[in-house]
Amino acid sequence: MLRVVSRRLIQLFITLLALMTLIFFWLRSLPGGPVDALLGERATPETRARLIKALGYDEPIWVQYGHFLKNVVTGNFGNSIRTGEPVMDVISRSFPATVELAVAAIIIAIGLGVPLGYLAARHRGRALDNATIILTLVGISIPIFFLGYLLKDWLTQSVHLFPPSGRISTGMDNTDVTGLFVLDGLLTREFDASADALWHLVLPALTLATIPLAIIIRITRASVLDVLDADYIRTAEAKGLRNPTVRKRHVLRNAMLPVVTIIGLQTGALLAGAVLTEKVYNWGGLGTLITDSISGSRDYPVLQALILLAAVVFIVVNLLVDLSYAIIDPRVRVR
Amino acid sequence: MRASGMQAFRLRTVIAAGVVAALAIGGAGCAKSDRDSGGDEDKAATGGTFIFAGAGDPKNFDPIFNDDGESFRPIRQIYDTLVTHKPGTAELTGGLAESWSNDPTGKVWTFKLRQGVKFHDGSALDAAAVCANFDRWFNMKGEAAQSQMIYYADVFGGFAGSPDAVYDNCKAQDAGTAVVTMKKYKGAFPGAFALTAFSIASPTAMKQYDADKVTQNGDSFAYSAFANEHPTGTGAFTYGGWNKATGEITLNKNPDYWGEKAKVDKMIIKVIKDENTRKQELRAGTVQAIDFPAPADRKALADEGYKVLNRPAFNILYLGINQKNPKLRDLRVRQAIAYALNRAQLVQTKGPGGSTVADEFLPSTVMGYAPDVQKYDYNLDKAKQLLSEAGATGLTLNFYYPTEVSRPYMPNPQEIFTVLANDLQAAGIKINGVPRPWNGGFKDDVQQFGKQDLHILGWTGDYNDPGNFVGTFFGREKEEFGDGAMTDMFTAIGKADATVEPNAKKAAWEQVNRDIASKWLPAVPIWHGPPALVTTKNVEGLVPSPLTAEQFNTVSITK
Amino acid sequence: MSQLAEHKRRRIDELTARTAEGGGVSLFRDAGRRLLRNPTAIVGATIILLFLVIAIFAPLVAPHDPVQRFPELTKDLTVDNIPGPTAGHPFGSDPLGRDFMSRMIYGARQTMFVGVLATLIGLLFGVLFGAVAGAAGGWIDVVIMRFTDVMLALPSLLLAITLVALARQSTQWTVIVAVAIVNVPIFARLLRGSMLAQRESDHVLAARALGVKRRDIVTRHMLPNSLTAVIVQATLTFAVAILDAAALSFLGLGDPDINRAEWGLMLGVDGVRYFEVRPELAYFPALAIILVALGFTLLGEGMREALDPKNRR
Repeated sequence: MLRVVSRRLIQLFITLLALMTLIFFWLRSLPGGPVDALLGERATPETRARLIKALGYDEPIWVQYGHFLKNVVTGNFGNSIRTGEPVMDVISRSFPATVELAVAAIIIAIGLGVPLGYLAARHRGRALDNATIILTLVGISIPIFFLGYLLKDWLTQSVHLFPPSGRISTGMDNTDVTGLFVLDGLLTREFDASADALWHLVLPALTLATIPLAIIIRITRASVLDVLDADYIRTAEAKGLRNPTVRKRHVLRNAMLPVVTIIGLQTGALLAGAVLTEKVYNWGGLGTLITDSISGSRDYPVLQALILLAAVVFIVVNLLVDLSYAIIDPRVRVR
Repeated sequence: MRASGMQAFRLRTVIAAGVVAALAIGGAGCAKSDRDSGGDEDKAATGGTFIFAGAGDPKNFDPIFNDDGESFRPIRQIYDTLVTHKPGTAELTGGLAESWSNDPTGKVWTFKLRQGVKFHDGSALDAAAVCANFDRWFNMKGEAAQSQMIYYADVFGGFAGSPDAVYDNCKAQDAGTAVVTMKKYKGAFPGAFALTAFSIASPTAMKQYDADKVTQNGDSFAYSAFANEHPTGTGAFTYGGWNKATGEITLNKNPDYWGEKAKVDKMIIKVIKDENTRKQELRAGTVQAIDFPAPADRKALADEGYKVLNRPAFNILYLGINQKNPKLRDLRVRQAIAYALNRAQLVQTKGPGGSTVADEFLPSTVMGYAPDVQKYDYNLDKAKQLLSEAGATGLTLNFYYPTEVSRPYMPNPQEIFTVLANDLQAAGIKINGVPRPWNGGFKDDVQQFGKQDLHILGWTGDYNDPGNFVGTFFGREKEEFGDGAMTDMFTAIGKADATVEPNAKKAAWEQVNRDIASKWLPAVPIWHGPPALVTTKNVEGLVPSPLTAEQFNTVSITK
Repeated sequence: MSQLAEHKRRRIDELTARTAEGGGVSLFRDAGRRLLRNPTAIVGATIILLFLVIAIFAPLVAPHDPVQRFPELTKDLTVDNIPGPTAGHPFGSDPLGRDFMSRMIYGARQTMFVGVLATLIGLLFGVLFGAVAGAAGGWIDVVIMRFTDVMLALPSLLLAITLVALARQSTQWTVIVAVAIVNVPIFARLLRGSMLAQRESDHVLAARALGVKRRDIVTRHMLPNSLTAVIVQATLTFAVAILDAAALSFLGLGDPDINRAEWGLMLGVDGVRYFEVRPELAYFPALAIILVALGFTLLGEGMREALDPKNRR
């Protein structure tokens, strides 16, 4: 196990270095960028020249690259152009927001998806099954930003059922411990803040859950069908084992493997979905940060750190999925 | 079902454990509530909290290092300037200085300061403090800090040691009188003294929190504790913190304010970047006022009973023409372009409520606006005729327009481009549209390299002086317009700017504006589009400012 | 590279194995027959055909030029009022006084264009890399596959967003290419797996024994048989491509030319901005996108079922 982990870490390091180098040189070759973003509309040519010097853009590119590498190795990704604070601060602040949203979405997707998929399989070919399938097809065909937009318009404007945006009510003055507001409220016994944060979480999580939900339903349905057809279930049935609990346990336990795989696969998709969902709900997580760092401000220090982070998270989640595989099914051994 | 619950639970445990381990670096042991135990919510009937939705993150709270409206909004509440504007206008009135005057050469400015004014840290605002600010700006060390003093570099020409520097010295004649001496006269003054960037900060606090420390890090800069955590001015509100996780900037009432004390106890500026979301939060009742509503939403909001406050237009959108293209050096071609644009229709169909067709490059409220310039009302035949006279039929032009941006004068550049391009095509000019991201090449290509034939851009004024509009655009040769040959124009503008006597100055500027319209036409003014604010019915006392320089001390919330 | 990419890979390889087993022309004929009996595929194909007809005959079907501004529409047009249906303009105006119905109709053309091109470019390069890797083997194979692993490691929309951000200038082509590149590794992996399976298959071994040239074996025998799986994937990719294009527009990173009538652009820019003024501007293109995406998904699923040898009982 340790060898696997260390091998992965080495791979991770090499990938990241290559990625950083590529991104550094690419961003330097683009027009505009930090200089334009820092100068606004009123700068004189003299100020511009001063800025280029201050940022060291007048030095040879390899010298700049050297500075950059040195900074990255020491964990310094520079400061955000938009807010002037260290990039790592910006990211570590946004990260929990997205984690909170993604976890809520996964809980919804699994909590609804597994039972629905199971039921659909058990009622194969009947109305419930067909309705579920049609729903999943529409779920993956609708642009999710538009779905979020509609939910928001219907449930926050004409009826004030949910708050339209943000993670917590303005002026709530909640205490920040982990950055996961729902959890923080519980830890600090600020239960009103926790409830408020949960309230803000409903619509964005539902929106983000749409696609994973549709996929989990389909996979669960398919794998339950596979298992139902499998010989050992038939044998069990032939033996007269009709206890529904036993049957459910046999079927579901074995049907879970592909579902866990899919949850892993969906992590990346969740991050992509979060970009859209967070924009719709002004969520203030990584998704918002990605959009903000590109559109308009061209906040390249944030952008390059984010790309790195995406790669890191992806590989780490992979590892976690592999490990959870081994936990659920002892036959599977991580290579 | 229990089985599946178990599996899912186990997986969740794995994920949650990982997440908590990764995030709770501080350790869950110190999970103690650090809320104010005072419970200051809504105890006073007249007080309460005013929540205002802004449109973007501020950069920091040190006035001199900022140049954008989102940073200036909180800064204006925390600090005061020597001279300020009468609420709702661009007219000057006393700020920290009760009165000001200049000598006949226009180089020596004397400020009589208000008595008994204190900074938030308790230190006194006196002439020495004012001079400390002027000296601080002038003597600022380091490329990093200087490069972010954008307004200072523009208005004061340069720093200590620079031959172009306008500032000479500041002397405290007595505790209540500061005398600022310039090396040369500049038309920008006294208007520029009212710029938010030149707000007066507490020298004690600046020293204590190392205000001048600006360090380059990667592609950007890190600012001092003064700029980030301890901004200290004389304003109606004191700084109460910036919660970046929720995007809330808290300002507390300054009970010792020298002017009209704030009517609310607390103000929160909530950052909501999306205009649609700002509107929805207003409707949900979670914020009491929003800035920059989408032009499309203003009417609906007014119909629903919200107060839509249009700021008097103090901006200009123009179509730039680049004379690097020899065809465009012909005045007739530029006039043809002006005639070809149906600006009245553009204003009607796409202009934000209250916008007007612009005939000059400055709003009519600014000194020097001439009521009688040559107008270019939509006339397609005339446009075609001028083009053929100039032998410029079958012209193809590269029209640059920005993407990823929305400006008060230009809420939706793509739509504006599409309409203007359509008009020009109708006159027989072939348009090749070139979109460029605002910070990803548009400003570079247009203002640095002048790659375009045509482009759209605009400006929001900072103070009531034509130099701030016309002078900025056409006061010197610019790549943006490729107007190197128009030396007459530069001379005329330079002369107008250098005229000290008010009436002569006004006349000179009026003549400049007349000549720009008829003789030079280096660009075509399109519209003045007023940006708006919207508040709920129970918000009183918010006065919209043409300079988007609202002061919130007069705001109260009725029940 | 990572287990996750490997899962994707495994799924792709599985599909390959299933579709590549049969080999030969009989597979196509057989599949065609089963496709016609598959209701999912029929519904999908019908939807696509309908929109394809509209797209091809757009100039005949549309009442007006999609970029022309009409005085009768601009007359009452303001930022907060977009005229609804009037004589000659059944869907009313768009935000610039153009005929909304014509734009919806031409939208079919532009949207299909973006979707088809993004899919085709992805397919072309994917097939190229996959075929080279599969045919050449050795270190070329290793290098290409490592590269696709890296690309598979990033979420598709995120990769597209980054690519658009890294582009020097955004145009319709940036969007198409960004959406296309995302699909290259998927196609490459798919084709390579299929080719590898074929290399050991009987008819290729037979051809080799008969002394057929290596190039001919690849182009005449291996490629055609591997393409089935690729076609299924391409059909499914199309749906994702138009959804991604719409998402990019919504993020402000899409095609900047708003003269172009493309549903994703119409929904992501005008539809959202003027939703309260005239909701049809959002509902119509959204509905069109959902239908077309649904059509391609159904057809793809149907094809997958039909081509799955497990169903050939």
